[in-house]
Amino acid sequence: MRIKEHPILTFEAKEEIQFYYNGERIVGYRGDTIASALHAAGVKKLSESIHQQRPRGFYCAIGNCASCNMEVNGVPNVRTCITPLEANMDVRQQVGKGRVR
Amino acid sequence: MKRAEFVIIGAGPAGLRAAKSLLDAGAKVLIIDRSDLLGGQLTKQTHMFFGSEKQHASKRGIDILKLMVDAIIEHENLEIITNATVVGLYKDFVIGYVKADVYYKIQADSIILATGASEKAIPFENNDLPGVYAAGAVQTLMNVYGVKPGEKVLMVGSGNIGLIVAYQLMQAGVEVVKLIEAASHIGGYLVHASKIKRLGVDICTNMSVKRALGKDHVEAVEIWKLDAQWKGIEGTEETLEVDTICMAVGLAPLTELLQQLGAEVKYVRELGGNVPVINQQFKTSIDGVYACGDVAGIEEASSAMMAGEIAGIEAALSRGYDVENAANRLNELREDLSNLRNGPHGEKIRAGLAKLGVL
Ligand SMILES: Cc1cc2nc3c(=O)[nH]c(=O)nc-3n(C[C@H](O)[C@H](O)[C@H](O)COP(=O)(O)OP(=O)(O)OC[C@H]3O[C@@H](n4cnc5c(N)ncnc54)[C@H](O)[C@@H]3O)c2cc1C
Ligand code: FES
Repeated sequence: MRIKEHPILTFEAKEEIQFYYNGERIVGYRGDTIASALHAAGVKKLSESIHQQRPRGFYCAIGNCASCNMEVNGVPNVRTCITPLEANMDVRQQVGKGRVR
Repeated sequence: MKRAEFVIIGAGPAGLRAAKSLLDAGAKVLIIDRSDLLGGQLTKQTHMFFGSEKQHASKRGIDILKLMVDAIIEHENLEIITNATVVGLYKDFVIGYVKADVYYKIQADSIILATGASEKAIPFENNDLPGVYAAGAVQTLMNVYGVKPGEKVLMVGSGNIGLIVAYQLMQAGVEVVKLIEAASHIGGYLVHASKIKRLGVDICTNMSVKRALGKDHVEAVEIWKLDAQWKGIEGTEETLEVDTICMAVGLAPLTELLQQLGAEVKYVRELGGNVPVINQQFKTSIDGVYACGDVAGIEEASSAMMAGEIAGIEAALSRGYDVENAANRLNELREDLSNLRNGPHGEKIRAGLAKLGVL
């Protein structure tokens, strides 16, 4: 779901970087946030609500609402909408409030 | 503990302009922002701006931003910390922020709060499903990262943000199935509305979302007509096949940090919610603490820039810095600001500021 043509903006070809989503290898671009790379790869559900396990995606994309919290490299509650993507990141849907490994 | 005379929290148009005033006065400035990009809302505004010509209106938001950043970025007295979220603001002017999971503290002498605003949501069944996104989030995804939010979108809200983002969705190749508005008339400028109408987008007033449908993400949406009391009318439901519901239903100032500090805030509906009680100098109820831009009431980038400049000059003066031509410049800025607010679209702002006692 990347934008290829745009009347105003140009999206130059960027370096591809690999990372892991729930153990599965995914490709994103340098300059992505974790959430934008996941969204481009078709992953909309990022977390589950704590009590009723309802699916959650991002909402604000500016680090304000915690709707995009995931476990990144073993650290829970990372706001993936403002965290730059890095090669080989281990990104996982976290369970409940998350737990530090 | 690290010390800094002037700390600006937030690098949107208000914060960047405040920084420029302070640097011009010869002060050292530290800016902290939680994003990795400077510019706040401007990073994603690809359209030609409305607002004051003196503040570069009719240039694209992203180009205005570049001018503002270029004006300060190389300055030797400027330090910028990005990817850093301020989480604590204490009465002794200690600022606590988190960067890469580490908590740092800074002792400031003067603080300028320019944290902007957060987008609101409205209640309806399943409004928490992935695919229900704030308009600013959709813009960020498209215009900063080049990713489409979905293929078919329902836009909710006909203010300028709803109208502009609907247009930008079409520029990105996304279908805007409908734009709905709860009120009986379109909220934003008619030029923006006409532009998207010409492109075939149906704009329906007196209408809202009844519920979103879908299991793990939005697959459809049910909308319905509203009566004069904004209550849904049974039997008027219509189902649209969309994968994204984009919420452009207003913003609320991010005043939490000011409240932590004990600055006086007041609920003013016209300004978007809780706003700091400020004076003509953009000073809060606490000496040495200023608030400017959307955090002091939802307005627009033009006013955020002027407010930032005024706050920066006032903060510099208050600590004994010489500002060339300060009185003239302040008068000019205050006049420009009131001219902008005296326009037909400034009615709400004027009512809000009157409640706050600033007008
Ligand atoms: C779709 C859209 C179209 C618009 N069109 C126009 C237009 O045509 N003309 C016009 O004049 N205006 C327009 N605006 C409005 C304009 O963008 C805003 O009014 C303006 O950006 C507000 O500036 P600001 O500096 O107050 O806040 P923001 O731009 O919101 O910046 C706030 C900054 O503070 C940072 N921040 C917040 N909290 C923290 C924290 N705790 N720690 C660290 N950093 C923090 C944020 O990361 C952000 O960078 C538009 C807005 C939108 C959404
Ligand atoms: S989407 Fe709101 S914090 Fe990430």
